[in-house]
Amino acid sequence: MAPELPDDTGCTVVPDDTGCTVVPDDVGCTVLHVDMDAFFASVEVRRRPELAGRPVVVGGTGPRGVVSSASYEARAYGVRSAMPIGQARRLCPQAVFLPPDMAAYAEVSRAVMRIFQDVTPLVEPLSIDEAFLDVAGAQRLLGSPATIARLIKRRIATELGLTCTVGVASTKFVAKLASTRSKPDGLLVVPVAGVLEFLHPLPVEALWGVGDRTAEVLRRLGLRLVGDVAAAPVGMLRQALGEAAARHLHDLAWGRDPRPVLGGRPAEKSIGSETTFDTDVSDVDTVRRTLLGLATRVGARLRRSGQVGRTVAIKVRLADFRTLTRSRTLAAPTDVAREIFAAAWALFTQLTGLSGTHLSATHLSGNHLNGTLREPIRLLGVRVEGLETTDDIPRQLALGEREHGWRDAERAADAVVARFGAAAVRPASLLPGPERGAESVGPGQTDQGSENAVIP
Amino acid sequence: MKFRVERDHLADAVAWTAKSLPTRPSVPVLAGVLLRVEDGVLTVSGFDYEVSSQVTVAVQGDSDGAALVSGRLLAEITKALPAKPVEVAAVGSHLELICGSARFTLPTMPVEDYPTLPAMPETAGVVDAQTFALAVHQVAIAAGRDETIPMLTGVRMELEGETLSLLATDRYRAAIREITWRPNEPGASLYALVPARTLHDTAKTLGPLGGDVTVALSRGGVGEGMIGFAGGTRRTTSRLLDPDFPKIRALFPEDHKAWARMNVSALTEVVKRVALVADRTTPVRLSFSDGEVVVEAGGSEDARASEAMEADFTGEPLTVAFNPSYLLDGLSVLDSPKVLISFSQPMKPAVVTPAGDDGESIPGYRYLIMPMRVGS
Repeated sequence: MAPELPDDTGCTVVPDDTGCTVVPDDVGCTVLHVDMDAFFASVEVRRRPELAGRPVVVGGTGPRGVVSSASYEARAYGVRSAMPIGQARRLCPQAVFLPPDMAAYAEVSRAVMRIFQDVTPLVEPLSIDEAFLDVAGAQRLLGSPATIARLIKRRIATELGLTCTVGVASTKFVAKLASTRSKPDGLLVVPVAGVLEFLHPLPVEALWGVGDRTAEVLRRLGLRLVGDVAAAPVGMLRQALGEAAARHLHDLAWGRDPRPVLGGRPAEKSIGSETTFDTDVSDVDTVRRTLLGLATRVGARLRRSGQVGRTVAIKVRLADFRTLTRSRTLAAPTDVAREIFAAAWALFTQLTGLSGTHLSATHLSGNHLNGTLREPIRLLGVRVEGLETTDDIPRQLALGEREHGWRDAERAADAVVARFGAAAVRPASLLPGPERGAESVGPGQTDQGSENAVIP
Repeated sequence: MKFRVERDHLADAVAWTAKSLPTRPSVPVLAGVLLRVEDGVLTVSGFDYEVSSQVTVAVQGDSDGAALVSGRLLAEITKALPAKPVEVAAVGSHLELICGSARFTLPTMPVEDYPTLPAMPETAGVVDAQTFALAVHQVAIAAGRDETIPMLTGVRMELEGETLSLLATDRYRAAIREITWRPNEPGASLYALVPARTLHDTAKTLGPLGGDVTVALSRGGVGEGMIGFAGGTRRTTSRLLDPDFPKIRALFPEDHKAWARMNVSALTEVVKRVALVADRTTPVRLSFSDGEVVVEAGGSEDARASEAMEADFTGEPLTVAFNPSYLLDGLSVLDSPKVLISFSQPMKPAVVTPAGDDGESIPGYRYLIMPMRVGS
């Protein structure tokens, strides 16, 4: 239900992609608020297409559960977020009720945020399914804010099969209101010149920071609309609400919101990579090579972002979807794929109980092993947590470590990959073909012979 | 079973055996200690399939027999008893404990379900208990605690002729201690990788008892993969780790270019003080020059500290950065008035050795620390 705002407000509703004849005046509207539509419910519908068009409610299924997300079909029956699930059942008994699968939503959320990151580094996530974007710097490359908004909507639709609503304005506050007012699957540009016409007819509750209590106070003063607050003497507001709140509301009512989009990536907490096998895997050697591949990718990403991490975690999802995670904190932070792999492999052998039998510690440093896991694996992930920036991080060297060790080798490989692509350099055991090299070989040495005093 | 025993003797015996009991036993009986009285001797045993410990105590026995009770509970009770003789009796499915006016009744577990403790392997030789305890303490600090690399959680024992060597490393530091011992067979050459924690606990218990510690190590056949230690009335067996161990002797550099001699307690205090501004992963920097060392820690934006102290230094001035706890660990076990730190190249490990008042190195113990690289 995209609201058709009258033209004289100066606002323009832009139909998605097609049929847009009006070129919205989006100059200076560099703040985008992107909000996924009925996010959890939509993710559920996406993975179970038979639910499309039916009312779907995601929420706690227990007696005290509340609605986390409802599809628009369910909302038509009056089902709302945060409503007790029992009430939702009474309003819409024919709805499909599902327990939340946060892992799945988080995964989709990451994909959504990645699309945002492709547009601009200035992304400020507000929650799992919404974010502010500052596209001021992206305009030369990608076009006007409205064009970028359409691009985002199109990518989310085609790549993820989901819809979202985008509010485009000159401030965060107005951008968020714009998206709220044009849901679902909407796109609303509030031109700089049209902000007041857009704001003033809205109820005071639309102002950021106005809840039931403040709304009641304002109502007693006879202020029902944002326009009323804008026109009210500041002294009156100050008496009723106090200095800070009065100034804040008055500014907002006049469309003033100085908060910048806090992008510049709010320091990722971890860097990880995972892969789902096409068919479940029970061959130990395949697992080992997969972990090496993942560790290689994670190491490269760490080095690219100039970070090192102390904790290595692995994730193993079995064929029956049971998911096991294990982590281990290293003595010193690392961005070296080989060290990440060593920790990941140690965690894996420990997890599967293979260690101590035919995979004793000596085998961890290399060579050859075969084996079959009792339970096949569906997904493997490697993650490095506890990140710090590399600058000036003192690094504890290991005994027997060569001065130019694996870290330098991997940095050299990064440079080659940057120039010639990912296929140019990779660990030998990840090379395709039947005659794989036995093991990747370290710099300045040809094998880890017994004369070498190297501690694995 | 019924006996009378001095409270201290009972409490010591139970505390020692209970310490090696598993916190989460795979079968309930393993949480127990076995009390067995025979001919006026009480034997207290604990076992978790990895480590067994057994101690004998002379008691006034009224009747022979055995009982199995929760080790942790019995240890706590005996520790808290007043210093009076304790009367212990198995009554039906309970164990009664009377000490002064205190009376405890504990449930017992079936003795017949308790596994047989492994026999001591063949005796390999004997070593002075106190020397052994100090040597183990000096080496065990360098052992790894990361269970995912089992081999580094062990202390390697090498028994070559009359020399008993202990070696350990966690990849970042390494320690070697050589002591003399008296092998049963003069030409024997044996080695074993013993879990560091068990070895450390055992040596710590046996050291203060004085006398000799008997080292028992199987050479194939009975007790394969097992080591035993006996001293006084106590004995312990432990399963060994896979014998593979890195060749850490080769890591000790030979070509030293600089030497610093310092007072151990002074250096310890300075490093501890300065390290207050360092966290687990930030180093203390030691800058040596003629007659002096400046110890510093902290970054340009963080809290900082520095302190200078006297050092007898030979060589080109140099700065080296260490993890403070690695350095302090080494200093804490030297058991000497002075320390000698020898350097070869900046990014090569430094060797810490004990030194006498005259600054001369005392042979037998070497502790190796890998420096930290500052900046990336």
